[in-house]
Amino acid sequence: MLRIHKAPMLAGALLILFFPWIARQLPTISHYPDLMVFAGIYTLITLGLSLLMGYAGQISLGHAAFFGIGAYVSGVLSTQFDCNPWLGMLLGAAVAAMVAVIVGAPSLKLRGHYLAMATLAFGIIVNIVFREEARWTGGPDGMIGIPGLSLFGLALDSAEKYYYLVWGIVAAVFLFSVNLIQSPAGRALRAIHASEAAAAAMGIPIARYKVIVFAYSAVLGSLAGSLYAHYMNFINPATFDLFFSIKLVIMIALGGMHSIWGALVGAIIVAFLSLEWLHYFEEFEVVVYGAILLLVTIFMPEGLVGAPAKLMARMRR
Amino acid sequence: MAAESVQDPILEIEELVMAFGGLTALMNIDLCVPRGRIKAVIGPNGAGKTTLFNIITGVFPPTEGLIRFNGRAISGCKPHHIAALGISRTFQTVELFNNMTVLENVMTGRHLRIRSSFFGSGLALPSLRRQEKGLVEQAMALLEFIGLAAKRDIMADALPLGERKILEIGRALATDPQLVCLDEPAAGLNETETEAAAHLIQAIRQKGITVLLVEHDMKMIMDISDEIAVLNYGEKIAEGTPREIQNNPLVIEAYLGQGGGFDIR
Amino acid sequence: MESLPFFNQLLQFIVTGLTIGAIYAMVAIGFNIIYNVTEIINLAQGEFVMLGGLVMVTVHVMWGVPLPLAFGLTVLGVTLVGVLLDRLAIRPIRKPSVMTLIIATVAASIIIKGVAMLIWGKSPYDLPAFSGRTPIDLGGVIIQPQYLWVVGFLVVVAIGLTWFFNRTIYGKAMSACADNPDAARLVGINVRHMVLLSFALSAAIGAVAGLTLTPIALMDYDRGAMLAIKGFGAAILGGLGSFPGAILGGLVLGLIEALSAGLLSSGYKDAYALIILLAVLFIRPSGILGNLEVTRFKRF
Repeated sequence: MLRIHKAPMLAGALLILFFPWIARQLPTISHYPDLMVFAGIYTLITLGLSLLMGYAGQISLGHAAFFGIGAYVSGVLSTQFDCNPWLGMLLGAAVAAMVAVIVGAPSLKLRGHYLAMATLAFGIIVNIVFREEARWTGGPDGMIGIPGLSLFGLALDSAEKYYYLVWGIVAAVFLFSVNLIQSPAGRALRAIHASEAAAAAMGIPIARYKVIVFAYSAVLGSLAGSLYAHYMNFINPATFDLFFSIKLVIMIALGGMHSIWGALVGAIIVAFLSLEWLHYFEEFEVVVYGAILLLVTIFMPEGLVGAPAKLMARMRR
Repeated sequence: MAAESVQDPILEIEELVMAFGGLTALMNIDLCVPRGRIKAVIGPNGAGKTTLFNIITGVFPPTEGLIRFNGRAISGCKPHHIAALGISRTFQTVELFNNMTVLENVMTGRHLRIRSSFFGSGLALPSLRRQEKGLVEQAMALLEFIGLAAKRDIMADALPLGERKILEIGRALATDPQLVCLDEPAAGLNETETEAAAHLIQAIRQKGITVLLVEHDMKMIMDISDEIAVLNYGEKIAEGTPREIQNNPLVIEAYLGQGGGFDIR
Repeated sequence: MESLPFFNQLLQFIVTGLTIGAIYAMVAIGFNIIYNVTEIINLAQGEFVMLGGLVMVTVHVMWGVPLPLAFGLTVLGVTLVGVLLDRLAIRPIRKPSVMTLIIATVAASIIIKGVAMLIWGKSPYDLPAFSGRTPIDLGGVIIQPQYLWVVGFLVVVAIGLTWFFNRTIYGKAMSACADNPDAARLVGINVRHMVLLSFALSAAIGAVAGLTLTPIALMDYDRGAMLAIKGFGAAILGGLGSFPGAILGGLVLGLIEALSAGLLSSGYKDAYALIILLAVLFIRPSGILGNLEVTRFKRF
C-alpha cells in the first residue's frame, strides 16, 4: 500500500521550523536559510512534476517554461502596472494554468517520444519569447526592480522571513499532494501510468486527468516563479532555459520520481549543489549533473528515497 | 439461427466492418449476446476476436456498423464512457496496474462508482475519507469472491500468471458491469488454474452478469458457454450451442485447415 | 541585400534553407537509425554533430592532417563516442522505458557537452571550407561551394544507407531487429550487436553533418542541443522512422527557418520552426510520410 507515514512528515515539519534557529547557531551554515529559500522554490516545482512524471507517467522536458511564466507575469505586472504582488502571483498562476490546458490538451494525447518533443519545443518557444519581447521582459538582459513581498504589513525583507513564507507554502502543497496520492484521483493517475488501456476500461477519463495534473504542475511551477522573482528582485531568461528544465528532471530522478519525498529530497540536494557545493566546478558543473543523472538512471532508478527500501528488500532475499 | 430468437439481448452488433488501412479485420459481423448468459467467440488466431473486443469497448471506432448496448447505440463512444455504461473487460496480454497492490487494483476498478474530485481529494474532504474506508471494504468483498483476499497487499506483478488473470477479472467486476468481456482468460494457465477460472466465470454468471468470452481452450468453452460464435478471417462462419458448433462442418474445416492443431470435440 | 529584387532574395533564403535543412535531415536520419532498431530517441544525437565539427577542427586545423584523412579520423573518433554511448549509458539500464531512456540520453548529452567545453572552451571555431570560399553566382543567387558539399553528403548518406539496408547482411539484420526483435533473436541475429551498430552508424552520420556544417556556421560546444531538437523535429515532421521522411522533414524545417528568419524576424526563427513542429504533432502526429496505424502499434 502506498502509505505516506505521518511521523517523518512531523519530523520534517519540525526540522523546517527550527532550521533557521539552528543555522544561526552555526556560523559555517548561517547563510543556509537563503539557500533553503531556493530549495523550497524548487521543491514547489518538483512536487508538481513528480505527480506528472512519477505518478501519472507523463514526461515533461519543458517545465522551466511555467517557472518562467510565473516569474515574468509577476515581474511585468508589479514593475510596469504597479500591480499588487500577491494578485500578480495569482494572475501568473492563472496564465500558467491556461497555457497548460491549451498546450497540454493536444500534447498529452501524444505518448512517449512525441510528448517529450512537444514539451521540449514548448519550453524553448517560451524561452525565446522571454528573450525577444524586450519591451515587456527586458530581453536577454532581464528585468530589475521587482519589488519584494510583504504580508499583513510585514515586509518579508530577510532570507529568514522569506524562508518561512516559502516553506509554509511548500508544506501546504506537500499535504495537498499527500492527500491526493492516497485518494482515488491519485490511484487514477498511477493507473494511467501503468496501463492507459486498462485505466480507460475502468472508466477513468484519461485525457482529463492528464490535463488536470499537467495544469496543477504548471500552477505550482508558476507560483515558484513568482516567489523567485519577488525574492531575487531580478530575473533574466537564462534562469528559465532548457537546462533548468533538465535540472528539474535531475531533481526528481535523483530524489526518486515515484515518491513525493523524492521531490523534496531531490530539490534540496540540487539546490545546494548548484548554489553551494559545485562552485568549485564553475561552468563544468554540467558534467557533474550529467553524471549524476546517468548514474541515478542506471544504478538507482528508484532514486535516493527508493534506494534504502530496495536495498533492504535485496538483503532480506 | 439461435441468435435471432433471443428475447432480451444485452449487446447487439449489426453489420460491423473494421478495416485497418487496406486490411479488413472484420467483415459484416452480426452478433447478439443474450442477457445473463455466457457467450463465447472462438476462431483461429488472427480471426479478429480481439479486434471485436476492442471495438465493443471503444478502443477503436468501427469502420462501419452499429453496436447497441441495452438498446442504446455505443459505437464510436470513448472507452471510459462505455465502461460507465456497464461494459468491462480484461486483456489478452493482462494489463494490470503493476505499480499497485492487489487491493489497490480492485479499488481502482471502483473508480466509476465513487466520487473522485482532484481538488476534493487534495483537501482531504471528510466525505471522501469516509468513502475511502467503504471502498476498502467493497474491494475486500470482491477479493473474497475471487479468492485473492489473502494476497491483498502483494504487488500485482508479483502474482503468478493464473492469479494475475483472476485479479484482472476481479478488477473488471469492480466496475459493477452488466457485461464483462474476457479476452482469453485461460491462455497460459495450467489445468488446475483453468478450472479455477472456469468456476469463477460461472460464478459471475450466477451473479446475473453477462459474460462475453474469447478463448482457445475448447474444453472450457464447451463446458461453460451457453452460446458460441465462430469467427474465421474476419467473418462469422457459425453460431449456436456448443453441441451445434461441435458438429458444424464449416467450423471443423476452419480449424482443421489451420493444420489440425485443435480438437474442438 | 536591400538592393536585391525580392524574388532573388527569396531564392537566396531557399538556398540557405535547403542547406541547413540538409544538415537537419542528416541528424534526423541519425535519430531514425537508432529509433528503428531500438525505439530509443537518442537526444545526444546533436552532440555527435557538435563533436564532428570540433574534432575536425583539432585534427585538420590544429594537427594539420590533410582533409580526406582528417575526415576519416573524425568520423572514426565520433563513431567511437557513439559506441561508448551505447555501452556506458544505454545498455546498463536494467528496466528500460521511454522515460528512462530519454533521461539517459539527455544525461549523456550534457556530459558530452561539458567535456567538450573542457577540451575546446567556449569560443566558436571555424574550419576551412572544403573547396574554398569563392561564391558561385547563379543569376544573383549566391551559393557557397560548401553548400554543395553539405547537400552532396546528404545524397551520399542517403544512397549509402539505401544500399546498406537493402543489400548488406548487416543492414538487413538491422531492419529485422526493427520489425520484430524477438523474431530476429530467434533466427540468430545478435540484437545487441545491431543496437551497437546503430549507435555507431548514427554517430558517424552525425559527425559528417557536423564537419560539413562547421565551415558555414562555425561550431562550439553548446550547439548540440538545438541541433538535436531540430533533427528530432525533422524526423517527427517526416514521420518517425522513415528515411525519405527524414530528408523531407529536414528540408522543410530548414526552409521554414530560413524563410521566417529572412522575412519575419531572425530572433524568432527557432520559435517558428518549433511552432510548425508542434502544429504538426498536434494535427498529425504520424508526420508527413508516417503511417498512423503503424505508430499506434509501436510499443512505446
